[in-house]
Order: sequence, then structure tokens, then C-alpha cells
Amino acid sequence: MSLWHTLLAPFAEYAFMRSALVACMALAVASGPLGTLLLLRRMGLVADVLSHAVMPGAAIGFALAGSALAVLSTGGLLAGIAVVLLMILGTRFGAQREDASLAAFYFASIGVGVLVVSLRGTNLDLMHVLLGTVLAIDVPALVLIVAIASVVITSLALFFRPFAIQSFDPAFLRSMGGSDSIYRAIFLVLVVLDLVAGFQALGTLLAGVPLLLPAAAARCWAQRIGPLVGLSIGFGIAAGYAGLLVSYHLNVPSGPAIACAAALVYAVSALVPVSRTMITALNATRPT
Amino acid sequence: MSEGSERDAAGAQRRDVKGGCITLRRLTVGYRERVAVEDVSGIFAAGSLTAIVGTNGAGKTTLLHAIAGVVAPRHGSIEIAGAEVPADLAYLPQSDSIDREFPISVLEFAALGSWARIGALGRVSPDLRSRGMNGLRAVGLDQLGGCMLGELSVGQFRRALFARVIVQDAAIVLLDEPFAGVDAATSDDLLRLMQRWHAEGRTVMVALHDLEQVLAIFPETLLLMRKAIAWGETATALTPEKLVEAGLAAPRKGSGPRLRLAMPS
Repeated sequence: MSLWHTLLAPFAEYAFMRSALVACMALAVASGPLGTLLLLRRMGLVADVLSHAVMPGAAIGFALAGSALAVLSTGGLLAGIAVVLLMILGTRFGAQREDASLAAFYFASIGVGVLVVSLRGTNLDLMHVLLGTVLAIDVPALVLIVAIASVVITSLALFFRPFAIQSFDPAFLRSMGGSDSIYRAIFLVLVVLDLVAGFQALGTLLAGVPLLLPAAAARCWAQRIGPLVGLSIGFGIAAGYAGLLVSYHLNVPSGPAIACAAALVYAVSALVPVSRTMITALNATRPT
Repeated sequence: MSEGSERDAAGAQRRDVKGGCITLRRLTVGYRERVAVEDVSGIFAAGSLTAIVGTNGAGKTTLLHAIAGVVAPRHGSIEIAGAEVPADLAYLPQSDSIDREFPISVLEFAALGSWARIGALGRVSPDLRSRGMNGLRAVGLDQLGGCMLGELSVGQFRRALFARVIVQDAAIVLLDEPFAGVDAATSDDLLRLMQRWHAEGRTVMVALHDLEQVLAIFPETLLLMRKAIAWGETATALTPEKLVEAGLAAPRKGSGPRLRLAMPS
């Protein structure tokens, strides 16, 4: 088996593999910068919770109108935005700390989502909602994913400066007349949009993978924000490509394969700071 | 962005930084059920240098937050005259409110002082770098412009905060505990910068703890204990009785609190 057959032929021969790859690339390009900002804002778990918050909406859409793409996406988007609003109101007026209410949203979303899907669908439908169907992405789904990715990237470009400042000095932004809640809401809605796009491919359980794992891996290699964003995108594309390839050759589910590839990238990257520390320690003990 | 470019053109000459005057009318500020500042009225006159003194939790930071527009007043009003808000109001927050791990260079951080002129979408003018460097030079950090913010020591970071205020070049300057936790050399340098702003006619308000510093340097004092206990010339504001009332001195029978009052220089 030649290199061509191993690495490229699957994509040359099958349209569904090409669609899946393009979807993964679009997700990586949008999720790289968004995930980088998420981690810099120490909001990684928020993204995780929001990815599950998409589920009840998508599930209700499924129960009412079947597995049509537009219905699932709209339902997911509405549910995600509702949770964002509740979160912002909760931190503003509620007595609960944010992490407590996040935990509640997390479990409520999974509970409601799984219940609603089970009422109308089969176990297979449930698996599709949970783990996505990246190999079944058709042209409308692809258009939707790429369109969402474009919206996310454009909005990030427009609001990048306030988002960055808000990440580390929110009081300064407010003293300059910027509204904390509005920028926070815009940012969270972008996260929800990205997760709705990811949901098509990877399901609610794994929709956060392109958002969080490549960005987390990039932080082991780079310090400055430009390289962080670039590496996140690169890692995201690499994980998508590798995951699809493994899933094709070994005949395993593609969403989990992509997640494993991204986790592997992260695991290898996490060794970088460790090895640096060890090299420094070795140099220190070496007699001069 | 025409407004911004006009201001940039004016900034090429010396900007007029005099005349910023703040009037508080029955100002009350709170968070949820807690009232942090209650019914404070008075005027920070143009060109004044005022110390805001009080115990921890007396409302110093909240008052500065309200003036800077970080929190909205619950009752009453804040009127700012003679200065264009927010561009002409520089606010130096307490150091621990900033996540210093964020990947931004010291020069970029200082250049943020131009935010009011550039904003989210404005063009970054070519002289922004030299402005940032000028700010860093004034605080003695010009060698560290390329470092990341997280690499700075506590004292150096405080200097970087001052550099950002210098770059903003505002008529009104609010400083929240700017000298806390830094060594004497840094504290002296920063005090000198602050006195220069005062000499240039800017309106400066500083929340701080060190009463000796207040007595030695600040002409005006606002003594805060949720409400304004005293507000005026430092010597008349910081009497032993008022300090006891503000919780800053222990009441003593007969002899009065142990605090030597000196006339401000």
C-alpha cells in the first residue's frame, strides 16, 4: 500500500470524505482563535457546558420535525442562546456562583436532551445526536458549517481588541465606556454558533473538541497570541485529517477518532514544557 | 473615526489637560444588597490632588469605580465637567484585578492608554509605538518593552500601569492604591510622577492607606467610611476625632489618638 493510498486516496475517491474534511477544516479555522480566547479567559468549562446546552434544543427540534438539518440547528442555536442569557442573568442577579449554575445547566441539558430524543427516536438517533455524523455531511450541512465558521471569524476580527482586553482587564474596558455584558454576550453567542456548527459533525458530546483541545495544545508551544491562534488552527486541521483517516482505514466511528487524534496532539504537546524543565534540570546538574 | 483623527491632530501639540472637575451629588453605590458608598456629595475641583482614605471596605475602590464608569450609581449623580469622558479620564485599577498571565507585551500594554482614541475598530496610528515607548521611558521600563506582562515584578508591573496612564494623557486621573506593596524606590518614583501630573493641572484622585504620605503630600483628603466622614483640606479633614470615626485610629480616653498631625508641605 503506497503513501498515496494511505494518506490521500480516501479523500480523492469518496465525496463524503472530502465533505467531512472540509467541514473539519472550517471548524478548525473558526474554533482556533475562539478557543484561544476561551482558554485565555479561563472559560474552558463554560464551552463544555454550552456544547451540552445545544442538545435539548436540537432534541426538541428532532422530536417535532425529524432529523432535518435546519430544524436541529435552529433548535440547538435557540437553546444555546437561552442558556447564555440565563447564565448572564444568573451571574448578575442570582445568589449562586457561576460554577454551581453551570453544573446545573450541564446535567439538566443532558437529561432533557436524552429524554426527548428517546421519546421519539431510536438508540441510533440518540447516538447521532450525541456523537454526530461527520461522514454523513451533505452539501446543505457543509454550507451551513462553512457559513457559521465565516460569521464567527468575521465577528472575531471585528471585536478582537475588546475581547482581548476584556480577557485580562475588564475594569479598564468598562472605564473606557465598553459594556462588559454586551461583549460577554457576543462572545458567548459566538461560542454557541461554533458549537452548533460542531454539533453537525461531532455531536453534543464532542462538539467542544475542535474548540478546546487544539487551543490547549497550542499553549504548550507558544506564548504570544498570534502564534497561539495559528497553531490552534493548524492542530485542529491536523486532528481532523488524522481522525478521518484513522476512521476510514480502521473502520471506527469518525467523531471519536477525531477526538482521539486531538487528544493525542494535546498529550504530545503537554510533554513540551515537561521536557524543557527536564533539559534545564539536566543542564544544571551537568558539571561545567 | 473623524472624531479620533481630529483629536490625534490636537494631540500632536500639547493637549489641554486642565479643568477636569467632578461633582458628586448624594452619590450612593452598591452591589446587590450591600451599600458600599452612601450619600456622598462634594466636588473634586479642577487641578486638585485628593487622597481618598478609609479602612478596607470603606468604599474607596467603589467610589473610584463609580467615577470611572465601571459601576453605575444606585442613587444620586456624578457630573464630570471640563473633560471629555471616557477619553479624558484615566483609571489605574488595583493590580490584582488584572490577569497578568495574558500574553501581551509590556509595550502593547502601555499603548492601551490610547484605547479611547482608537477603540475597537479605529486605525492604529504609526506613532502609537513611540507614544508607548515614551510612556515606558517615563517610568524607567523602556528596556523591558518587549517582555511579556507576566514577566514583570510587582513593582515593574505597577510602573507599567503608570505608563498606560501617561500614554492616555488624561485631564482626570484616578489611582487605586498605586503605592501598595512596592519598594521605597518605586514608590518614590511613582509619587513624583503623580506630583508632576498635579503640577500640570490635572485633577488627581488617589485611594491609599499610608496616612503619613497623605499628610505629607496631599493638599485635599476625602475621609470615607461608606459615608464621607470629612472632605476638604487635609489638615482639617484628618483630625483625631474624624480618624476615630472612620475607624482608622483607636479611641483613647484623655490623650486622644496617637497620631502626629503635620501641615501638608
